[in-house]
Amino acid sequence: MSNPNNVSLNINHKLEFIDGNALTIPTLSILTEDGEIHTGATAPDISKHTAIKLYETMRFIRLLDERMQGAQRQGRISFYMQCLGEEAAVTASAAALDQNDMIMAQYREQAALHYRGFTLDQFMNQMFSNELDLGKGRQMPIHYGSKALNYMTISSPLGTQIPQATGYAYGQKIKHIDAKTGELASTIDNITICYFGEGAASEGDFHAGVNMAAVHQAPVIFFARNNGYAISTPADEQFKGDGIASRGVGYGIKTIRVDGTDALAVYAATKKAREIAVSTGEPILIESIAYRLGAHSTSDDPSGYRSKDEEANHQVCPIDKFRKWLIKQDWLNEADDVKAKESIREEILAALKRAEVVAKPALEELISDVYDTPIPSLQRQYEQLKAHIKLHPDAYPVTAGRIK
Amino acid sequence: MAKMNMLHAINSALDITMAEHPQACIFGEDVGYFGGVFRATSGLQEKYGKHRVFNTPLTEQGILGFANGLAAFGAPALAEIQFADYIFPAFDQIVNESAKFRYRSGNEFNVGNLTIRTPYGGGIAGGLYHSQSPEAYFAHTPGLKVIVPRNPYQAKGLLRAAIKDDNPVLFFEPKRLYRASIGEVPEEDYTIELGKAEVVQQGTDVTLLAWGAQMEIIEDAAKQASEQGISCEVIDLRSILPWDVEAIAKSVTKTGRLIVSHEAPITNGFGAEIAATIGQECFLHLESPIMRVCGLDTPYPLALEKEYVPDALKVLAAIKQSMDF
Repeated sequence: MSNPNNVSLNINHKLEFIDGNALTIPTLSILTEDGEIHTGATAPDISKHTAIKLYETMRFIRLLDERMQGAQRQGRISFYMQCLGEEAAVTASAAALDQNDMIMAQYREQAALHYRGFTLDQFMNQMFSNELDLGKGRQMPIHYGSKALNYMTISSPLGTQIPQATGYAYGQKIKHIDAKTGELASTIDNITICYFGEGAASEGDFHAGVNMAAVHQAPVIFFARNNGYAISTPADEQFKGDGIASRGVGYGIKTIRVDGTDALAVYAATKKAREIAVSTGEPILIESIAYRLGAHSTSDDPSGYRSKDEEANHQVCPIDKFRKWLIKQDWLNEADDVKAKESIREEILAALKRAEVVAKPALEELISDVYDTPIPSLQRQYEQLKAHIKLHPDAYPVTAGRIK
Repeated sequence: MAKMNMLHAINSALDITMAEHPQACIFGEDVGYFGGVFRATSGLQEKYGKHRVFNTPLTEQGILGFANGLAAFGAPALAEIQFADYIFPAFDQIVNESAKFRYRSGNEFNVGNLTIRTPYGGGIAGGLYHSQSPEAYFAHTPGLKVIVPRNPYQAKGLLRAAIKDDNPVLFFEPKRLYRASIGEVPEEDYTIELGKAEVVQQGTDVTLLAWGAQMEIIEDAAKQASEQGISCEVIDLRSILPWDVEAIAKSVTKTGRLIVSHEAPITNGFGAEIAATIGQECFLHLESPIMRVCGLDTPYPLALEKEYVPDALKVLAAIKQSMDF
């Protein structure tokens, strides 16, 4: 486009409006509910190793979610969020990436982190805010993060990671600049994926981040998990038009919609998106369609805003679908699967008990990491606090005995 | 040494940074070929290319969101907000994200590479939306550093220190002085330590404290006071967060009197924090109550700007009141 308005001036002499619903985007679906490949569809090239790892991750997260939901109900942790119904969307997209690609998640993407290698004990330490938590016990349960696994620490405010993902991806691109000529390399080695819900797409950060990625060609995959609900607000009270995907087209970026309960469709789409991003530096938008089978969080009760009938109509289990395909491939044995689930449940319970009794972070962690080193005012406040606690050790049993 | 105005000094600091780090990026509204509405980034796109010095869409939250991501990646992110008045759409990205990145992640991630430059303050007939001094909002947020230079020498040295500092820094540039303030500035690289105040003039009767463009005003008032036989110690705070409690307390212990002056509205302005802290530190040395000469609790006006601003005459009146207490 060569005009200053950056539009195609296709002159029309009739008074016509384009309807807000004119754009309708198809949904890629590969697997049937019975674990068959749809007629006309092509299964992606996925190795047995990757497929099994993907399945095991989904299975693990389902069991972890069940147990931790229970732990919250028992009052052992303060909060939890399940990814019930969206396991395939999160895990299969993560499986299609390189281990060194950055993941910027919203909060419900624990499966992507586990796929990367975050251990059961690491999950537990974060949820119990103990001294082994990488985040030093500063955030509510489920706010995971790991530098080693390229998983940006979760932040509670919604959507803030979207423009950040654009900036991070731009860094991954600028890393390959020729310092002398100022030219960029034609391909790059890593990209960023940014997960968010359809509700977060209403935030200004979404517009800001996607628009900037489009204009500056940042290699980021925007992965919108459209699960139908933002806490209690259904999608039709959140936006008009054809889902989140239509927005991607509006911003001028390549876009695809996938069945988020279909691990093979998600894997195929993300794999291709990554190839495009690496070779062209372009951003891509993927909208995954699934249904949030559980509550928004343990502080939420969906029975107050949606019917049992509606929930029953959406009971598609992405894990079952994929399991059926694996069994048909002869890559999974049903009896082994049942046995594995039992032992995972035991491991989870044991890890929970271990994390529960680990000490809370030391008092000095209250002031560390605010700055690279504590500023003088903060150091003074810390000295005062320490002196106070030493005078009243019984009132501060968690830290009093450990003050250096 | 060369004669530079404040814009040249800032440009020089940015130029050194861009040459030093191949991934450093300057971005903001109109900062590319145009060089920014005040021309602080003039010539840098030609020198470092459009991939490293570029215009962003008009989205302050986008600029800071992008900057947080780029800094988290490890590249020096030099973000410009065209006027400090327009930093508020980016407030969430600065206060909830930049400031808390390191703390909330247990130092797994940080945005120490982030520097936010923005012109602030009045005196240019800019009215409500081109005159504000929002430093106090950010000084209330643990995790940020907030710096205000008063002349070209400081602008370059403090900006280089802000960029090298391993924490996100907000750098408020007094736009009234961009071209008005001219001074000797070394062409080579140097830094001025953050967190330190500068005693600009020694005195014995009363301590006058300000920062940025307000320094000219209190220096003027000190001059007029000296003609009336009152000796003022004049201090430039330079760094709002962290701030140099020790230097101010030392001065007030000597003079027994303190007057803080800033353009921002008086209520909850940073002068309030200074008054409370110095009140506690120097209680037994004070000869009169700590006074503040500040903007009124109104939006920054246009036609009645002269009445609104804490000018030298108002500062002088406060000095006399303090002496006569």
